Amino acid sequence: MTNPADAFNDIPGTILFNGDRLRQGYQLNKFLTSLLEADNRGAFKAGEAAYLTKFAMTDEQRDAVLKRDWTRMLELGGNVFCMVKLAVFDGTPFQHVNAIMTGMSITAYEDMMNAGGRPMAGNRSKKEHQIG
Amino acid sequence: MGRTAEPYWRPIFEGYEPTKKWLADLKPDVMIVIYNDHANGFTFKYTPTFAIGCADSFNPADEGHGPRRVPVVRGDSRLAWHMTESLVLDQFDMTMMNEMDVDHGLTVPLSLACGQPEAWPFKVIPICVNVIQYPQPTAERCYALGKAIRKAVESYDEDLKVVIAGTGGMSHQIHGARSGIINQEFDNYFIDKLTTSPVELTKISHAEYVREVGAEGMEIIMWLTMRGALADNVDVVHRFYHVPAMNTAVGNVVLQNTDSPKAAA
Repeated sequence: MTNPADAFNDIPGTILFNGDRLRQGYQLNKFLTSLLEADNRGAFKAGEAAYLTKFAMTDEQRDAVLKRDWTRMLELGGNVFCMVKLAVFDGTPFQHVNAIMTGMSITAYEDMMNAGGRPMAGNRSKKEHQIG
Repeated sequence: MGRTAEPYWRPIFEGYEPTKKWLADLKPDVMIVIYNDHANGFTFKYTPTFAIGCADSFNPADEGHGPRRVPVVRGDSRLAWHMTESLVLDQFDMTMMNEMDVDHGLTVPLSLACGQPEAWPFKVIPICVNVIQYPQPTAERCYALGKAIRKAVESYDEDLKVVIAGTGGMSHQIHGARSGIINQEFDNYFIDKLTTSPVELTKISHAEYVREVGAEGMEIIMWLTMRGALADNVDVVHRFYHVPAMNTAVGNVVLQNTDSPKAAA
């Protein structure tokens, strides 16, 4: 039987949101989901950096939020569904975030989706060739 | 939704028309909706594996720009408590939710199946499944939950017309460098097997689901709970598949027990 961790690690371009990620990103995700409340959205809007000090995040996590560095947020334990709250706050369609995370232009990403999406060939396993 | 006439969305709404008609003709009293929350009704403060909504109403969640403008979801508290007792005695340790906001994971399928009514035409028993935090329940467990739900509903003392909906987008991934994958071959295989031999789908591991339908697409394991609640033999009333809905493959299948008037979507 294949070890689950090995099987997950073989999937390219994918971060498994497991317990390690939860522990790493808990405060970052707590900030992101705080934006579900209108009062908190107002407070964040009034001063982003000051609002972020309310959460016991790392400086790197705060920096990634302020810079809207979506890929870095993911790497630092951000959960994609929590990150959606920040994109909604900004009025950024999440498809644009997807384009950024894949290193594609927004137009190229939209064209790919409208043509049926990213093909599976080459994207199933790291044993195949890498994405990009 | 205001988007029903837009060319991009029209094929999707049209694909649900037979389902809408089937439901309107059937007039169920209750729909059990197997759905997942997307860090809206639940944040990561609590992550129940299986939660059942035991209240008489559920408000649409504020997902960051105010709640979705859809009717409040009416529950059936008495039936929910009966199901909870039956499920727990049947070894499914449900989390009991007496206050719960429901997000688009529940209300978008309702909109697709019912359009834009003033009030939803049936009561809803929401059953929320954790599919966003690993370890999710296995496909096998989701299927077994469906079997237990059937027993719970059949042992209720009121004669209600009950349908069950398994929700979730088909193949999609919306994070990381693999964002945008769509796997039409697997999605269609899944719908085929869902109808004829669902047990085969319960043997697939988390990692293989993530590989084939994406980290976010693995939520299709919730369809297996719906399937588990049906009889072994089902007839396909309607089947629809469409790519893309933004980042996601959309599937809709209506199944009805071959030998029983009790039905399911």
